[in-house]
Amino acid sequence: MTIDWSWISGHTDDLTTLTVSHLQAALSAVFFGLLISLPLAVVAHRVRPLRGFLLGLSNVLFTIPSIAIFVLLLPVSGLTRTTTVIGLTVYTLVVLLRNTVEGLDSVPAKTKEAAKAMGTRPLRTLLTVELPLALPVIMAGVRIATVMSISLVSVATYIGDGGLGQLFTDGFQRDFPTPVIVGVVLTLLLAVVADALLVALQYVLTPWRRRRA
Amino acid sequence: MIQFDTVHKRFPNGTTAVHDLTLDMPEGGVTVLVGSSGCGKTTTLRMINRMVEPTSGTIKVGGKDVTRQDAAELRRSIGYVIQQSGLFPHRTVLDNIATVPLLLGHGRRKARARAAELLETVGLTAEAGKRYPHQLSGGQQQRVGVARALAADPPVLLMDEPFGAVDPVVRTQLQDELLRLQKELNKTIVFVTHDVDEAVRLGDRIAIFRTGGHLVQCAPPAELLARPADDFVADFLGAERGLKLLSLKTLAEVPQGPAPDGGAWTLVRDEAGQPTHWRSADALELPVRPLKDGDSLLAALDESLASPTGLVARVDADGVLTGVTSRDDIHRHAGRAHAEARVAA
Repeated sequence: MTIDWSWISGHTDDLTTLTVSHLQAALSAVFFGLLISLPLAVVAHRVRPLRGFLLGLSNVLFTIPSIAIFVLLLPVSGLTRTTTVIGLTVYTLVVLLRNTVEGLDSVPAKTKEAAKAMGTRPLRTLLTVELPLALPVIMAGVRIATVMSISLVSVATYIGDGGLGQLFTDGFQRDFPTPVIVGVVLTLLLAVVADALLVALQYVLTPWRRRRA
Repeated sequence: MIQFDTVHKRFPNGTTAVHDLTLDMPEGGVTVLVGSSGCGKTTTLRMINRMVEPTSGTIKVGGKDVTRQDAAELRRSIGYVIQQSGLFPHRTVLDNIATVPLLLGHGRRKARARAAELLETVGLTAEAGKRYPHQLSGGQQQRVGVARALAADPPVLLMDEPFGAVDPVVRTQLQDELLRLQKELNKTIVFVTHDVDEAVRLGDRIAIFRTGGHLVQCAPPAELLARPADDFVADFLGAERGLKLLSLKTLAEVPQGPAPDGGAWTLVRDEAGQPTHWRSADALELPVRPLKDGDSLLAALDESLASPTGLVARVDADGVLTGVTSRDDIHRHAGRAHAEARVAA
């Protein structure tokens, strides 16, 4: 297996477009996943009877094969980016929901009680005390969801999307390994860089965890 | 200032935490609620700022029924200090203290300025303000907890076993600081503890609770120690409650005479006139613990037992020897203190 370097230099524009498209699909999924998970997690955290149901549902959704999800969505949103993002979002829920609930659970009762006793109302307590303290656990979920989404985008090649995944089909069909290798390397790079940026983001967002006494 | 009128609290599981409590907590005084665990003292405290709602009866703070006020606003007007401080781990010490002023909409700059002022009040450095709670010692965290409760200058302060989790030395320091602060601020303080010694040290009045949420006796510490209402109170105060009473009396009124010179024991002083140790005729040396007028009769009794002559060295504020007091004089005053407490009660 040799790499055809001239193919790479001849296709830098295409590779850039695919990489951006790939990243966009993955990040959109994480974004919408968070948008759905945060309120659901708050409900699951506060209303105990719903907790098992919501977490169970996210588990069930996760077990649906990815191709099946896309096929199920075709009549709704067709061969579009929307279908890709919806499919990926469904998969992020299992991690994001669970971690957000666990993050909220990890906030010490004493701290919540202090907030209440100082006269903080419930919504403000959630936004200024519970979510910040749950952040490390939530961010752990965001990191997993991001890396997972970046690797999953390629599956959407079946519906004509798939970002860097298109390089795999291209390479396989022409029995030409260079695009496959480039696709794998770029996907890996994206995942590593995205993860590192999230670690940096968490460092910025949680100043109280930096200097452990 | 705080009035409980036939307040009853039953929890949904059927246990009665507080049983028909009627109790007045006077303005500007420290009322200590004591009792073993499960006696309803903490529930009583938490009903004042509506962390727990009473089943029946009324609670008034400053003449106003607490249940008729918005709970969050009521809580902002009452300082609250809890065990292990309950500080916000993600906020700096300064921002922790600024919590209530911020909730009241005082603005960040003003709230922080007030917080900086309070750091000093509770004996912390400005540098500590920039740290996070986990970077402070337990005692320091507890000071921050007190500062946070004082930030909006509330007339009432609720303290739920605030010094329960620190070691005895720090605990005594914090108690001293609280007494000093209280002299300055004159708040109405409700203080929950299970430690009788702490109650006697801090309380202007002590309310003793028995399991099942019954208030057994509420009285000033001297009266409580001299005349416990029943066997339960007497047992709770402990066998040495007579000695505890002595901890409330100071040495000031006990007479003193000149220090012995040239006898079996000599009280040695340095150039400044401060006593350093006892020396016997055959050059044996024993330590001396000089006492000031503000020290308690209990400390004096203790020192008179340790002293080789039975004499207690008395010093002024600068530590300079003013005279000595005999074991007999201390005994006589101790006995008189007991008699007075019984008559007063």
